[in-house]
Amino acid sequence: MSILGIFQKRNSSAVARDRLQLILAHERAETGRPDLVIQLREEILAVIANHVSVEPDKVKVTLERGVGVSTLGLDIELPLGASSKLDAKLASKIAQVADRAAKKAA
Amino acid sequence: MAKVLVVTSGKGGVGKTTTTAALGAALAQGGQSVCVVDFDVGLRNLDLVMGAERRVVYDLINVVNGDAKLPQALIKDKRLDGLHLLPASQTRDKDALTDEGVARVMDELRAKFDWVVCDSPAGIERGAQLAMHHADVAIVVTNPEVSSVRDSDRIIGLLDSKTAKAERGEEMEKHLILTRYDPTRADRGDMLKTEDVLEILSIPLLAIIPESQEVLRASNVGCPVTLNNPLCAPARAYADAAKRLRGEEVPMVLPTERKSFLDKLFMRRAA
Ligand SMILES: Nc1ncnc2c1ncn2[C@@H]1O[C@H](COP(=O)(O)OP(=O)(O)OP(=O)(O)O)[C@@H](O)[C@H]1O
Ligand SMILES: [Mg+2]
Repeated sequence: MSILGIFQKRNSSAVARDRLQLILAHERAETGRPDLVIQLREEILAVIANHVSVEPDKVKVTLERGVGVSTLGLDIELPLGASSKLDAKLASKIAQVADRAAKKAA
Repeated sequence: MAKVLVVTSGKGGVGKTTTTAALGAALAQGGQSVCVVDFDVGLRNLDLVMGAERRVVYDLINVVNGDAKLPQALIKDKRLDGLHLLPASQTRDKDALTDEGVARVMDELRAKFDWVVCDSPAGIERGAQLAMHHADVAIVVTNPEVSSVRDSDRIIGLLDSKTAKAERGEEMEKHLILTRYDPTRADRGDMLKTEDVLEILSIPLLAIIPESQEVLRASNVGCPVTLNNPLCAPARAYADAAKRLRGEEVPMVLPTERKSFLDKLFMRRAA
């Protein structure tokens, strides 16, 4: 289920961008150049892990720059049944992390 | 004292040699003294693109090893004052280049020219690292396509860690040239967007070079595209890039598809 931001069906260039952001975030971290997206992902994973266990690759973070405004997309796929544990408190915690990250990105 | 540029990409075949020749020529067309240096040892091509392949006597390795003096190896362009080429060896291996020898030749070049433009080999190994080592400014050449962008990211990592500038703790100045840009595919949404590539690589844009048969035409006849047809779209984009490198502010124009009158007429009929 999606908490913030929804991945819609998009053209191939947007898919290419999302795949690149994901793989480069990993590769940069491996070569000691962690970037914002991967840091943010780690922080969000940590917050969620306190409540429910999610597969690390089920958390997608994307950064999209538009004219005058950047959009941070979070797509978190929770295991079956976990959504009952997902209350407003957790959602707002995640939103806080995202908020901090968005400020860093600006 | 010259500014030393390296034209680099990681991925092969994206347009480094084309860019080296075009930028070198464009800088010389602006009245600067320029030397383009082929670091692609064993696979030299810059001599061909510059139309100087039959004038090569000595090469970079000869000068690095002390078998020839720099002035003996430099080839002066016959069409354009101020443009010079230091070719690579076609037979020898890049391991024949010593770090000290390259450093000495780069110092000599620096003293002689306004600009030294180094054409890097593909890859991220020693050859590419030697080409970038002495650079003041890096031109990262990228195609709007996933594997090219990924390799550019690797190269940016190397520029920030393995160069003389990085070792001195200084920031390497980096610029992106996005080339082989196809406005038709961009319109269809089937090509990575310029702003996405910029966002991902987060280095400033120096130029967008459109995909154009003028580039092939120029290399067929052995002439940098800015010299062969200065008015064509890729030549103008490279000329603007050269001006920006010299500190001029030139507005960036995104290549758009220019439909001819006939095209439009035909489209209307077809619709
Ligand atoms: N803007 C362009 N439009 C059309 N073709 C282009 C353009 N730029 C480069 N090319 C073509 O792409 C091919 C590869 O270009 P080039 O040799 O400059 O790449 P390279 O990065 O130097 O390759 P290598 O890694 O093998 O050294 C050439 O055939 C060249 O003519
Ligand atoms: Mg080349």
